[in-house]
Amino acid sequence: MKKVVLLGDEAVALAAVHAGLTAGYSYPGTPASEIMEYLIRISEGGKKFIAKWCVNEKVACEEALGVSFAGKRAMVSFKHVGLNVAADPFINSAITGANGGLVVVVADDPGMHSSQDEQDSRYYADFARILCFEPSNHQEAYDMTREAFDLSERFGIPVMIRLVTRLAHSRSSVAVREPREQNHKLEYGRWEDWTLLPVNARRRFRILLDRQKELKDYAESCPYNHLSLNQADHRLGVVVSGIAYNYFREVAKGLSSEPSYLKISTYPFPENKLRQLIGQADEILVIEEGYPFIERFIRGVMGIPGKKIRGKLDGSLPLTGELTPDAVAKALGLPKKTGLKIGEFRLAGRPPQLCVGCPHADTFKALNEALKDFPGSNVFSDIGCYTLGALPPYNAIKTCVCMGASVSMAKGGAEAGIYPSVAVIGDSTFAHSGITPLLDAVYSNTDMTVIILDNGTVAMTGGQPSYGTGEPLVRLLEGLGVDKNHLKIIIPLPKNHQQNVSIIRDELAYHGLSVIVARRECIQILGEKKRS
Amino acid sequence: MKYDIILAGVGGQGILSIAFVIDNAALEDGLFFKQAEVHGMSQRGGAVQSHLRLSSAEIFSDLIPLGEADMILSVEPLETLRYFDYLKPQGAVVSSCTPYVNIPDYPPVEDIYREIKKAPVHVLIDAEKLAKEAGSLRAQNMVMLGAASVFLPLKEEHLRKYIGVLFQSRGEQIVQTNLKAFDLGRQSAFQKH
Ligand code: SF4
Repeated sequence: MKKVVLLGDEAVALAAVHAGLTAGYSYPGTPASEIMEYLIRISEGGKKFIAKWCVNEKVACEEALGVSFAGKRAMVSFKHVGLNVAADPFINSAITGANGGLVVVVADDPGMHSSQDEQDSRYYADFARILCFEPSNHQEAYDMTREAFDLSERFGIPVMIRLVTRLAHSRSSVAVREPREQNHKLEYGRWEDWTLLPVNARRRFRILLDRQKELKDYAESCPYNHLSLNQADHRLGVVVSGIAYNYFREVAKGLSSEPSYLKISTYPFPENKLRQLIGQADEILVIEEGYPFIERFIRGVMGIPGKKIRGKLDGSLPLTGELTPDAVAKALGLPKKTGLKIGEFRLAGRPPQLCVGCPHADTFKALNEALKDFPGSNVFSDIGCYTLGALPPYNAIKTCVCMGASVSMAKGGAEAGIYPSVAVIGDSTFAHSGITPLLDAVYSNTDMTVIILDNGTVAMTGGQPSYGTGEPLVRLLEGLGVDKNHLKIIIPLPKNHQQNVSIIRDELAYHGLSVIVARRECIQILGEKKRS
Repeated sequence: MKYDIILAGVGGQGILSIAFVIDNAALEDGLFFKQAEVHGMSQRGGAVQSHLRLSSAEIFSDLIPLGEADMILSVEPLETLRYFDYLKPQGAVVSSCTPYVNIPDYPPVEDIYREIKKAPVHVLIDAEKLAKEAGSLRAQNMVMLGAASVFLPLKEEHLRKYIGVLFQSRGEQIVQTNLKAFDLGRQSAFQKH
């Protein structure tokens, strides 16, 4: 078997191609971006399938659903909060069912390395009542993704692959198998399955409910849910899932005897295996990356009489942040190890910051100066490199919630009486989710100022294409009905500072909707273009 | 055999390039490896680290437990200290002495050196000077890889081979510059160790 060096993300991407992928769709977001980057790289190498960045995750998910409707295999991938955006098609795709294999890959970010929350996508899979795989290593990421396509077609449902940052962004070698061809024939879905009028939806939902037993049987017998019983030692039973399995195996070497354990990597819960493990152990320890999803299921409201259940809920493991081998060792009662100490020395922190010469820095400087004349102002902002404008030396923005929220929140803020109410949003974030709230603001001629930072790319995630940049962005704004007299373009450069301040000041003073496009390319992308 | 490395630096200093070379050389040497890297927000001029594990047996955890690293390999001296807690008592510190000052409260660099020198095994390398000598300031990461190669359980020829692979697309001259940086780092570490 051939071995290749891959990121966890890339192992998923390659598996999809080997499973006969017809089309993959995504929107950039750490830690999922490398799935699509890798698909695009392979497709540019001459492989015949579609690999596309989409305008947002909802669109990506629906495009994948269209491919599945046509009987071909599709994959959609995004970060955990991307699934919030795509939740509508995602949940309903479980009702329509999948025709061609449909795999939804979600990369969670416990520890919030690059995210605003650490929500756990396993709840979504449970909510939609579909199968979910949680690989613990690169090989499983590859094998499970290949299997996910087959299962999606066998059970007629979408299948989720849940990754976490540490697997998505870890590199190791993977043994790959013979590729399978794409589904050749177009096979259209039937209208009675795919048109979710209540009469059809009720029937389809019944079918999904009836299928649950088959899914449970599969999860029960699936080798990825592995039970290892130590008949000689009944003190402890460990339930461990996904990447937590690695930490457990890493540190369990230090125990006098290896406890019984159940590794869960496929959901719905393998209830019989769980019962077997719990039945023979005096105490249960649940180790999982993310929320206490399994732990709550086991514990229920009543707990299990006579058994102690430990995990995140009783504080044996931290309820937030990433797991580490050290945290797992502690939960297993192993002594704490430490390395060299640096004594009294005070380590200065080094938070991320805008690149030297970043166009956003010039925009923030101009905005801050313009705002000096307006004491009651507030700047709502959004998700991208410019979120770093919240930190010193800029201290320029006051909010960052979710994609596009700057525009809608600025409208709400203005309607509550904030003046000037300012939204600062990047070009790609605007295309993703800023257009619809701006249409709202146009309709009400809300007294607010929207600044679109047009750097021509999705910079934070590594420079993916933006679909709302340059002249087309301006035409889009005009088309939405933004008043041409209050649609301004500035070039954020130090030499234009005074001029930019005065344009921004004028638009802040105007009592109505203004949009200012601050247009200058991201210097990282510019640098890359120059190098290649 | 098992060898755990914490790679450290500041976003943009090219620690993932170091990792690429070590990963592939390890694979060529028939070893297992796992390497957890950092993408996304912290790459923007923030502290970045990567856990790189090499072993002749299967590796489970992607992360190195505290106190178990055999080496801290760092392209920046302040970043070196950030991960001391991971190092084994007899582990090696291979650190650049060239500070990357992008924060207002950067400590006096002499204090940093003093702390680094408390590690029983340490090599401080003037990466900036050697990279300049090799022909490119950007090659500081390869200087540091060269210095680390003195300790790594990997064949030098395999490391050199993957430096070639890494920079191939940028042209022969850049490959040569980076190989030279590697050699200068290696020599310097030999002299100091
Ligand atoms: S990557 Fe581009 S947009 Fe992001 S901080 Fe750097 S220059 Fe600014």
